[in-house]
Amino acid sequence: MEVLVKRAFSDGQLNFLVGVNILVLACAAVLTGADFLDPYNLQSMASQIPELGLLAIGVMLAMISGNGGIDLSGIALANLSAVVAGLLVPGLVAPDEAPQLYAVVFCAVALTVGLLGGLLNSVLIAIVGLTPILCTLGTQLLFTGMAVALTNGSGVRIDGAGFLETLGYENILNVPWSFALFAVIALAIGAWMRFSPNGVRLFLMGTNARAAQYAGVPRIRMLMMVYTISGVLASVAGIVIAARTSSAKWDYGSSYVLIAILIVVMAGVRPEGGYGRMICLVLSATALQILSSTFNFLDISNFFRDCAWGLLLLLFLASSRIDLRMFWSQAPHKGGTATRPPL
Amino acid sequence: MMTTSTLPIAVKSAPSRSWQVMDWLVRRPSSFTLLLIVLVCGVVGAINPTFYSVANLFDILRASVVLGLFALGVLVVLAAGGLDVSFAAIAALVMYSLTKAVVQFWPDAPLALILLAGAGGGMLLGALNGLLVHTLSAPSLIVTIGTQYVFRGFLLTFIGTELFMNVPPAMDAFGKATLLTLNTASGGQTQLPAFVLVLAAAAILTWWLLERTLMGRAVFAMGGSLNIAERLGYNLRTVHVFVFAYAGMLAGVAGLMHVAANRLANPFDLSGIELDVIAAVVLGGARITGGRGTVAGTLLGVLLVALINNVLILAGVPSTWQKAVIGAFIVLAGAVFAIRRRG
Repeated sequence: MEVLVKRAFSDGQLNFLVGVNILVLACAAVLTGADFLDPYNLQSMASQIPELGLLAIGVMLAMISGNGGIDLSGIALANLSAVVAGLLVPGLVAPDEAPQLYAVVFCAVALTVGLLGGLLNSVLIAIVGLTPILCTLGTQLLFTGMAVALTNGSGVRIDGAGFLETLGYENILNVPWSFALFAVIALAIGAWMRFSPNGVRLFLMGTNARAAQYAGVPRIRMLMMVYTISGVLASVAGIVIAARTSSAKWDYGSSYVLIAILIVVMAGVRPEGGYGRMICLVLSATALQILSSTFNFLDISNFFRDCAWGLLLLLFLASSRIDLRMFWSQAPHKGGTATRPPL
Repeated sequence: MMTTSTLPIAVKSAPSRSWQVMDWLVRRPSSFTLLLIVLVCGVVGAINPTFYSVANLFDILRASVVLGLFALGVLVVLAAGGLDVSFAAIAALVMYSLTKAVVQFWPDAPLALILLAGAGGGMLLGALNGLLVHTLSAPSLIVTIGTQYVFRGFLLTFIGTELFMNVPPAMDAFGKATLLTLNTASGGQTQLPAFVLVLAAAAILTWWLLERTLMGRAVFAMGGSLNIAERLGYNLRTVHVFVFAYAGMLAGVAGLMHVAANRLANPFDLSGIELDVIAAVVLGGARITGGRGTVAGTLLGVLLVALINNVLILAGVPSTWQKAVIGAFIVLAGAVFAIRRRG
């Protein structure tokens, strides 16, 4: 029993994030009154986590794969898939006559766009050999540009028919459907990372690319997998956004690239690759959402909010330089590298 | 879609030429940029002969100034193996707060002093970037995404959100000063603004720094390999601070040029230009992982991006496609350079 307890508290980052969540929640409750903790508000917060959380999972997978891996095209692809589905599907299936079929086709189209976008990224990075930063910067502009061109820069109204409405507005066992979906996806990918052979290979590749190559890890296939999954997750985020806001626009969530990276860095994922935990990512996303909702309650301007997110990102980058072992002596020694990571 | 549809030809035609031409192309990455410029000019000129006019050339040069100043800064950072995305935020912060301060406290301040203050302010903010990148030893992309939001959030929260037209007379006069006035065929007049000289001066300075000084050697050495540069005895912190401070300085000047050219100061301006600038530098043949890049190539890249931004309409392409075309160009150029490096 004692061993189990010790094991449960052995991850410094996890303890820290649990602490942050409790602290932020407590501060929010004190600052904004008990209203903050009522079920309705908690549900509304939970329904806002999935979009950012899904994008952050994509960024995390890319980062874990190492060698400067990152996916900056997430929100652009999410918007593009929602825009394409929003423009195309009402012409194929009338939402009033066959709402469920409409929702199915909507999701299928959006997921296809996400899959294609993810495949484009993964082919460029894994096979052509582009640097992930350059590739995803380029595709970010490409996806955004396509969404602008398709809509002439205006928004697309989306009919939340069928299960899209369920996904956007309804609860299951008092939990918003969108959050339940996010939880399932996070659990599945977390399990994949931890228990499947490919998940283990992913961490090996991120820790030491050359050693992994000699150990027979198929680099190209792994990278293809990572960026394709990231693309599909982006389109799921696009579907959730479309369901929740009943619209799609090319510039939705302009600071999401920053926030997704912030979530990932706060979760303790190493930017140089090889380490990251799903549970930490989920906790990091919830902590940020609570903070964001507190800002909402306190009526703090969007501009200051961006400033705060930037400062937080720098703060957590700084905190990862401080050795947490000083505070949690029972934490296992992680294999830290002596050399500086590349810029 | 004319400009994009010509691209595959450019890529495919390379192997069919003689080996010597290939070899020459391989040794000069910027030749690809030149080829693209010639192609774009040829295609646009064929569709719309009014493209070949002095007025149009002057327009493109005018548009190149701010883009070019940013690009030279990014080139230096990129050559050192880093990436800066905060330069536009630095420019916005410097130009708006400085213009506002000058208008309020010393409307008759001489131009030289304003420029010096702008360069100094930008340099300080850039040096902050450099220090953070060095001490946090995190990827510079992530650090500068953070500082980008801090700078912009600070500007919009604490300094102001309203644009004003009454810019200081010295800057107004500088923006109106012309180098060359020509009569156009249609009877009007077209002017080459004097501030293009600022870009020329910055280009010469950057060339001198990179090619003729010890600091330039240090920059390329660090971009080639961080560890080897350290073992060679280069002080990494000095180089880090230098490259980011230099980029910040050019960004500060670019911000002031933007105000002078448009005769108004808008704190929301210059956002979203980051990707255009990075596209220009990458199209100019600088390697995103560092160690390689030339001023001449970068200027060609700037010309190409300014060309695309200005001539799409002349070629009958709706301006909404602009982003998508530049995104496609980034990806294509990155792919060509990546394949070339391996071949």
